Amino acid sequence: MLSEASDKETEVAPGYPALGRAAARGPRPAARESAVAGVRLRRALLWLTLILFVSTLVALWFGYQRLDLAALRTDERARMIFFQLRLPRVALAAVVGASLGVVGAALQAMFRNPLAEPLTLGVSGGGALGASVAIALGAGARVAGLPFVFVAAFAGAGLSVFVVYRMARTGATVLPGALLLAGVVMNTIAAAGVVVIQYFADYARALQILRWTIGSLDVTGFDLVWRMLLFLVPGWAVLLAMTRDLHLLAVDEETASSLGVNVRRTERMVYAASSLIVGVTVAVGGAIGFVGLVVPHAVRLLFGEDVRVVLPCSFVLGAAFLMLADTLARTALGAGELPVGAITALAGGPVFLWLLRRQQRYAAM
Amino acid sequence: MMPEHEQDAALLEARDVRFAYAEGAPEVVRGVTLAVGRGRLSAIIGANGSGKSTLVRLLCGLLKPSGGGVWFGGVPLHTLEPRARARRIAYVPQTISTVFPFTALEVVLTGRSPYTSRFRFETARDVEAARAALAAVDALHLEARPVTELSGGERQMVALARALAQEPECLLLDEPSAALDLKHRAALVRHLVSLRERAGMTALIITHDLQLLDPAFDRVIAMRAGAVAAAGPPADVLREELLADIYGDEHVRARRAFGRTFVWSEL
Repeated sequence: MLSEASDKETEVAPGYPALGRAAARGPRPAARESAVAGVRLRRALLWLTLILFVSTLVALWFGYQRLDLAALRTDERARMIFFQLRLPRVALAAVVGASLGVVGAALQAMFRNPLAEPLTLGVSGGGALGASVAIALGAGARVAGLPFVFVAAFAGAGLSVFVVYRMARTGATVLPGALLLAGVVMNTIAAAGVVVIQYFADYARALQILRWTIGSLDVTGFDLVWRMLLFLVPGWAVLLAMTRDLHLLAVDEETASSLGVNVRRTERMVYAASSLIVGVTVAVGGAIGFVGLVVPHAVRLLFGEDVRVVLPCSFVLGAAFLMLADTLARTALGAGELPVGAITALAGGPVFLWLLRRQQRYAAM
Repeated sequence: MMPEHEQDAALLEARDVRFAYAEGAPEVVRGVTLAVGRGRLSAIIGANGSGKSTLVRLLCGLLKPSGGGVWFGGVPLHTLEPRARARRIAYVPQTISTVFPFTALEVVLTGRSPYTSRFRFETARDVEAARAALAAVDALHLEARPVTELSGGERQMVALARALAQEPECLLLDEPSAALDLKHRAALVRHLVSLRERAGMTALIITHDLQLLDPAFDRVIAMRAGAVAAAGPPADVLREELLADIYGDEHVRARRAFGRTFVWSEL
């Protein structure tokens, strides 16, 4: 029976490059080897760590001022620029990118919707609204006030998730189309709310809100990054701990429940962790979209559907992706700087449309 | 009342189980008492909306009864830890959502999750068990195919294989024949009979496929409006008056011939 399996052609339909390629590349019987997901994860992380390393180097090297290693040793100013501006900025990009990647993967698994991500589900919008309220009330101008902005953003994001979910759920099923529509509506409401707040806030605060809404990773010093990590690391830990349950949920909800997954509890924990993560990242960098959409999808194309592989890989690839996107944002215009959210939208938007097109060919919509 | 010898051999029991989906809503299951014999192949039949699916969900612990209790292997079902329960009872839902193109093998491997810890991946032994489960339903050739590309019948087989990968004592299947053609319907029953003979598997299936009940099945339970109308060997339950009452169709006919019962509705 074993040799029978190894001689058999693994038939793969044209729309599914992932397992087809893996089957063609690897030694036969490919199905059995790649079936052990642990092996696949190790291989994937090896590649992605390499990509992360290269991306970090690129991000540190390029910028308004190209990195000059010689100058770094002698020039005080060059050192300050590197350690106070470049390095923290790249670290921030990595942290935000990783956060958005892992949350996108988690939400896609939980909602069984390949188009779910913090932006499309309105979570970013809600977080932005919460943060705007906090900034308008005076917090956030100084670093000490930042935790309050985080909490407000978390509350906004959490409320968003709750509302979107309730709007989309009819009985036991969550209609994928309804979910995305609810997300769009939530984003619109949040955006309107931010505009109103800007109108009533004083000039300095309004400017701050505007700059931040565009989505920029402007940062000086590592202080901010450390504060974020205080909130982010628990969030990441929760999502990574829930990976197996998310994998089962991604296949089918009733099946997962019959296999012993506490669906309600898993959902609540994923919501809480996602809201916390998105809230914090939005409070600092604004509503950067499409990272959570594109990155998990790229991981799936490369390494297959297993959520236990997709989630951690989205974390690593998300960091690399946003570091590269931010490098482009910093260097594309020469002297000026594009908001990184514009880069991710220009890259991710078409991908979203392509995914939508692909979805219409089977299930989900 | 169940005969004494049946009560002794019951693996899965419902004792005056009641269920309503919400407070104050009409009860969907109204005081059902039944026993699924160990090593027996049983079927639940009934009209749409008679509470069959809900009852089966209650029996496998997906839903909690509003009244009464479900007992498994002599202990109340709710005392079993969910993963421990999943190692003993496997449920195959009526429809399986397939959004992501998981391969058939990946789907079947999820059936091994009650045996693997949260932070560990499946071992080679789990993979072999999953492949064996696929082979048991003649679906091994589908192992590398994405489930989104499979036909409804093939997906049912994959779902059944997933349930078998749990190595359960008891299988609960909700209308497994719904998407299957003639050959696969018969094959399904053959698989279940073979599991009963070789592994002493207990199985309870909800079905509308009355032709396949006699003589393969040991017991047929007929439900009407959330309560058990009749229970017994197929030949006893598949009688015209009873079926007409259950399905609300006065044109139902049932005849015994060639050692089996045929049921049809006069057009």
